[in-house]
Amino acid sequence: MSFTAPSDPVNKPTKVKVSQLCELCHSRKALIRRPKNLSKLCKQCFCLVFETEIHNTIVANNLFQRGEKVAVGASGGKDSTVLAHMLKLLNDRYDYGIEIVLLSIDEGIIGYRDDSLATVKRNQQQYGLPLEIFSFKDLYDWTMDEIVSVAGIRNSCTYCGVFRRQSLDRGAAKLGISHVVTGHNADDMAETVLMNILRGDVARLEKSTAIITQSSGSPIKRSKPFKYSYQKEIVLYAHYMKLDYFSTECTYAPEAFRGTAREYMKNLEAVRPSCIIDIIQSGENLALKAKKSNAGKRVVKFVDGNRCARCGYLSSNNICKACMLLEGLEKSRAQVAIENDTSADGAALKLRALEKLSF
Amino acid sequence: MVNVKVEFLGGLDAIFGKQRVHKIKMDKEDPVTVGDLIDHIVSTMINNPNDVSIFIEDDSIRPGIITLINDTDWELEGEKDYILEDGDIISFTSTLHGG
Repeated sequence: MSFTAPSDPVNKPTKVKVSQLCELCHSRKALIRRPKNLSKLCKQCFCLVFETEIHNTIVANNLFQRGEKVAVGASGGKDSTVLAHMLKLLNDRYDYGIEIVLLSIDEGIIGYRDDSLATVKRNQQQYGLPLEIFSFKDLYDWTMDEIVSVAGIRNSCTYCGVFRRQSLDRGAAKLGISHVVTGHNADDMAETVLMNILRGDVARLEKSTAIITQSSGSPIKRSKPFKYSYQKEIVLYAHYMKLDYFSTECTYAPEAFRGTAREYMKNLEAVRPSCIIDIIQSGENLALKAKKSNAGKRVVKFVDGNRCARCGYLSSNNICKACMLLEGLEKSRAQVAIENDTSADGAALKLRALEKLSF
Repeated sequence: MVNVKVEFLGGLDAIFGKQRVHKIKMDKEDPVTVGDLIDHIVSTMINNPNDVSIFIEDDSIRPGIITLINDTDWELEGEKDYILEDGDIISFTSTLHGG
């Protein structure tokens, strides 16, 4: 599979009205209207403004220290591809003095992750950045295909989410990197705020809008430079810059609840594009009132920096979530070995083939 | 009658036989609008009727799909009322997938 860039327009605009001009340079025809503030910009001005905004976010939040080694969580998808390109570009332009490494996790989903990893490998060439891949198989001795064959497709996102989160940290730790940046964008963040409100998850609500997250005791910090960047603008930027990204939805059941929140937000955005940034702004300003009644007599306190008794990974409980999931999986391992030893390979591929069947 | 190039990007090609670029000849008498083009795409190019809802919602392009006319957001070109010219490139890019 190779990359085909989108075609450049051949019809040049003629008879451009003054009202159609870019609001910044006043000389070229505006191509987009920014969802954030409805300003109309041309391609060149948009790309420059978009890059500068992210630079400003990085500087205002003090995301990087000179000499720091930073791992970009790279999936090959639009957000992480633009992020890798952007960090490389800004690091060169503004001299942050950071060292960038692409860090990919291979969940072992045949027909999905193998294709997207091929994209990351092309990105490695295109941007001249080192790439490190860690696989679920190496870290946990399970591929996602195997897990799905044991635990069923409905639970796939639970396992994948828990293991991937930990894998990024473990991968970074192995490389001696203490900072992982991810491509979470404004849409993702607003979705999460909405989801936490709808679920009534007040504990997560306060933390969900933080640009840097780090648990005390954990050597790895995470940050989201695209926190204020609209998904639409990221895709448009990738389109105009002809970036090579992978765009297939994972074949295992998409997370249903997030899907609902996403659909809802897309519809809101169509009515009032600024709503995404508005929701983030609201989320940032939501502060929980301290509970008065049990403030003095709280016995069970959440201890940050607690370690898992089995693997030593950071965990709020005695045994971390990943080890708990693994324990459940191991119990069914023997059974699977007897029943179907090969069917685990490419379950996603088969699912796709089945989808195409018609009667 | 106009000849245009249509591109399905961001994974949308999945419902168009995995082909990203399509050359389309619209036989309708001038003027031919983007609305006509979308009707043409829906009625002749989507093989599986269940896939229509991936592309269309409430009689227009589904929110979350970016429509560009010669690289310009179609919001700035009058959306469905834009009158196509020979050689125009219309692209539909889905943003509704993981990043």
